[in-house]
Amino acid sequence: MPIWMLDTIEVIINGLMVGVLYSLVALGFVLIFKASGIFNYAQGVMALFAALTLVGLQSGQVPFSHLIKAVTGIEISHFGWELPAIVAILLTAGVMVIVAILVERLLLRHLVNQEPIILFMATIGLAYFLEGLGDLMWGADVRAVEIGLPQGGSLWFENLTKGWAADSGYWGMYIDKLDITATVIAGILVVSLTLFSQYTRIGRALRAVADDHQAALSVGISLRAIWVIVWSIAGIVALVAGAMWGAKTGVQFSLSLIALKALPVLILGGFTSIPGAIVGGLIIGVGEKLFEFTIGPMIGGATENWFAYVLALVFLMFRPQGLFGERIIERV
Amino acid sequence: MTPAVAAEAAPGRRIGGVLMEMRNITLRFGGVVAIKDISFDIREGEIRAIIGPNGAGKSSMLNVINGFYHPQEGEIWFRGEKRGSLRPHAIAHQGIARTFQNIALFKGMSTLDNIMTGRFTKMKSNMFWQALWKGPAEKEEYQNREVVEKIIDFLQIQAIRKTPVGRLPYGLQKRVELGRALAAEPKLLLLDEPMAGMNVEEKEDMSRFILDVNEEFGTTIALIEHDMGVVMDISDRVVVLDYGRKIGDGTPDEVRSNPEVIEAYLGVGH
Repeated sequence: MPIWMLDTIEVIINGLMVGVLYSLVALGFVLIFKASGIFNYAQGVMALFAALTLVGLQSGQVPFSHLIKAVTGIEISHFGWELPAIVAILLTAGVMVIVAILVERLLLRHLVNQEPIILFMATIGLAYFLEGLGDLMWGADVRAVEIGLPQGGSLWFENLTKGWAADSGYWGMYIDKLDITATVIAGILVVSLTLFSQYTRIGRALRAVADDHQAALSVGISLRAIWVIVWSIAGIVALVAGAMWGAKTGVQFSLSLIALKALPVLILGGFTSIPGAIVGGLIIGVGEKLFEFTIGPMIGGATENWFAYVLALVFLMFRPQGLFGERIIERV
Repeated sequence: MTPAVAAEAAPGRRIGGVLMEMRNITLRFGGVVAIKDISFDIREGEIRAIIGPNGAGKSSMLNVINGFYHPQEGEIWFRGEKRGSLRPHAIAHQGIARTFQNIALFKGMSTLDNIMTGRFTKMKSNMFWQALWKGPAEKEEYQNREVVEKIIDFLQIQAIRKTPVGRLPYGLQKRVELGRALAAEPKLLLLDEPMAGMNVEEKEDMSRFILDVNEEFGTTIALIEHDMGVVMDISDRVVVLDYGRKIGDGTPDEVRSNPEVIEAYLGVGH
């Protein structure tokens, strides 16, 4: 195989892997949008908050240490122990469930039957609140996620592909082990979510609420309970996304901006479709890498910053409901 | 509906004591009085119709019974106990199921799944087992599937089991919605205009199903319907509303000869 072809394949594979991470963020949006019609602006910040909490808990950092110092004068920043990764992950999942319960109690419950724009504004408020809370609890330093995720390139894959080139100077393809892990975990997450929503009582209730609130109430489904469950699941998806992105780029406050990349993913995949979020993420991932690789050098590079949004714009013109979204039909 | 069908339904039915009693219900929306000081009861095993011209407060009354609306005044007694101000899903758990005037099915889901959601109040396995879908949850799923399959047979909708209900014709959607309500094995079944928009044949089918449900399962039914022929044929007692007031209550024959009811329906000559 000629080297340019191998390079293209490498770009595509790497694009797919990045796409999976986009999909993970988009998935959280879709879950909440389907069940409650709310576009949760705070999804990206939830990922940041989850990652901060995960790192903080694992390293034994004392939450609110600056606040404690300012109020009581006691300087305590570290508990003096470190938690095993699995314990920290489970505790963080617990924290995300608590966040979900509080969101329902303090926010959603009081905004039932309000206009979507009002709910959207509420989630913007939530985003800033969570960002501030994360800062206050765990500080603003850039942290590394060390939960035993493999790092670096896969030597195995490099060796496997080395022989594919006709030239002897070919080094083989580079694939990040972290990306492979993220892909596997995202796959497991999507399959289990699908099974859960298709074959269980609660899953059916989730779909029912997504479809018709009144009818769901009439068969005995509590909207409040369902909202807590949906926000909990979205919180746990945010945790997975936050941990993966955190492992890739370090846990820092710019993490909340990855939520913006989820927007074009959602426009492509449709706001209401879980498979759509996955496929949309993959298309954006592959698209932006390929574009950067082929067209990028001609126009000065850095196309990854805007390619996704332009693609979304083109999509909006031709298929505003997305690839898998529910068709918008107005019956007259 | 032929009179023969109604006559057929009579034997084997037993009407018991009071299942639900509405006492002096008043419901206001801001300054508008939707229901004004209405009292009536629903007895166990009967088919009770609520009729009246448009805007009489029939649907509001149904919404009060299933908890979508909470009346400002009055008491609701269900199975001998005074009911507090419960939310609709809690009322569903008490055994009250309903259908809607403008079909409220889960359009993206199949007929089977729609009716399965009707079993929600009957399924109890917790989240943990659900997630693993093993042991109790799996057994429960199968038991409930059996009940649902029986309902599907009963309503003769086997052919559309897997069809997303959004694609079904109107008459069949109404039938699926009835199935979903039946799946809850309700003590009281509320039907909001079960025959609205149907042709004669579909109306006959639906009347037949309503009578069969009442007769075979002994389900108490309260229904709103505009087709007077159907109402008079299938119901045991009728309550008549007009402008939020009750103007008549009794057997179809009594109601038919009530001058106030005739006036409300035909208007009065001036």
